[in-house]
Amino acid sequence: MAQEEKIDQIGLLEEEELAAFIDHACELEHPREMVIDVLRAIQKNHGWVPDEGVELTATILGITPIEVEEVATFYDKIFRRQVGRFPIHICDSICCWSNGGEELAEQFQKTLGITFGETTKDGLFTLLPSCCLGVCGQAPAVMIHQKLYGPLQLDDVDELINRLRREASA
Amino acid sequence: MSTPQLLFKNRRPGETVFIDGYKATGGYQGLEMALKDSSPEEIREQVKESGLRGRGGAGFPTGFKWNFFPSGAPGPKYLVCNCDEMEPGTYKDGVLLAADPHQLVEGMILSAFALQTDVGYIFIRYAYEQQADYLRKAIAEAKAAGYIGKNILGSGFDFELHVHGSAGRYILGEETALLNGLEGIRPNPRLKPPFPATRGLFGRPTTVNNVETIANIPHIITGGALWFRDLALTPGSSGTKLYGLSGHFNVTECFELPVGIPLREIVENYGGGIRGGRKFKACLPGGASTPYLTAEHMDVALDFDSLEKVDSRYGTAGVTAFDDQTCMVAATFNLINFFARESCGWCSPCRDGLVMVRWLLETIDNGQGTPEHLEMLKDQLKNIAGNSFCALAEGAMGPLAGLLNHFEQEIVDHIETGKCPFRK
Repeated sequence: MAQEEKIDQIGLLEEEELAAFIDHACELEHPREMVIDVLRAIQKNHGWVPDEGVELTATILGITPIEVEEVATFYDKIFRRQVGRFPIHICDSICCWSNGGEELAEQFQKTLGITFGETTKDGLFTLLPSCCLGVCGQAPAVMIHQKLYGPLQLDDVDELINRLRREASA
Repeated sequence: MSTPQLLFKNRRPGETVFIDGYKATGGYQGLEMALKDSSPEEIREQVKESGLRGRGGAGFPTGFKWNFFPSGAPGPKYLVCNCDEMEPGTYKDGVLLAADPHQLVEGMILSAFALQTDVGYIFIRYAYEQQADYLRKAIAEAKAAGYIGKNILGSGFDFELHVHGSAGRYILGEETALLNGLEGIRPNPRLKPPFPATRGLFGRPTTVNNVETIANIPHIITGGALWFRDLALTPGSSGTKLYGLSGHFNVTECFELPVGIPLREIVENYGGGIRGGRKFKACLPGGASTPYLTAEHMDVALDFDSLEKVDSRYGTAGVTAFDDQTCMVAATFNLINFFARESCGWCSPCRDGLVMVRWLLETIDNGQGTPEHLEMLKDQLKNIAGNSFCALAEGAMGPLAGLLNHFEQEIVDHIETGKCPFRK
């Protein structure tokens, strides 16, 4: 147990999670296949993956931090920089585009007072463009924490943001 | 007319069927039959006879793919299901798994038996976490029922099945990039050969098949190869297909219909026409990488061979419609923007060429294009297609080829008038 506390210095994983990852890594012939699982778990707990998370993942899997980093930076759903509590992925692919996706993206920017890549001052929302989310029949759509919302009308944006604000303060 | 429902047999709005419901309509009968009465060779033969072609976009005959697989080779071998499904306009696998996840689980076990692989992975995209949860539950149920594990149904066949979540990026749908992703290394595509059947996951023989392809296997086993062939409307085709409708249709839902259905039926009967009383102008017949069809293609049958004859592709049969107010330059810019952003950057035709095409389309769409820009577009099409490391850039050239084939006059109008004729 002392060993485990030492490798996760800033508490990015729950104790049981960390123990389960280490056990699983010991069982697998190729523990490296777990890299996305570990990064996703860290991100779920911490909101994003700090340098310590890359190092922790490397230690669990017995690989170097750069080997984790080159995977982490490839994927757009792994955040290597701090994001808001609710990262909003707005689909800008063809089906959403053909159903008012650009207007929806403008509405989000207006409502939150930020542009793509920025986070609101209260630390709650980050706006990010995303490629197709796989709900093309319900366009235009956005994804927040792997939950999909669509089709969204411009009027729905205020309500959605307010609901998330209430969730944050509850 | 009504199409026999195989894949959507158990589909009900807002519901997910698990093991009891799945078995109630004949689920796992194919597996029980096959493990009792058939050899792996017989199943492979039946799949070959059925004429099933890959449902993930490329349309490679599944039986042939399986024939390359060294099922008798000693040591670990892998079956991988590609549920990355990230091509814009394609959402059928997500719908299938949200309705009836056991179909894929049974299909995986049957396919693994046919190929004699002892480990399977379902590689699933980040946005389909709900479906991944359904699959984990279905796999646990199948394990408890003795369909997964050691000595399945007393046959002596062992099989383990894992769900592997991804974290975004379209390139993971390319099968060798997917294998790198599964291994936990940076997912650039691999050089082929060696093909995955020889050296795939962890350097071992591997077959990668799409969700819908594998979900068809139990139906082929229970219904028979000839019956499956007869489900299609055109000679040389076989089976049903999931058509995901999107864009400007009145109805944007996913339907199970025969392979070979004419475009007109999709547009008029299932899509309910174009919204707002507008006219149909064009569609992507099978995802973002398939060249446009236009109103003159209404009687073309939607199947692999018929669409190739009109310089397009069947792809994934995700049909995205555009109304008569759509600027096809702008639509193509949107599509190329997607491919340019999703390029992994490994080879220069893709990394640099797609950015160049994007810039050309943007310039023309903004009314700043010249006749040279049009020539440059044609030049890029010629030089990118066929010269990239994997199929991503090749796919990106689909909509550009469609634009130049059918809508060159629209490009010329932009250039001559110095503005987009559709922008108000």
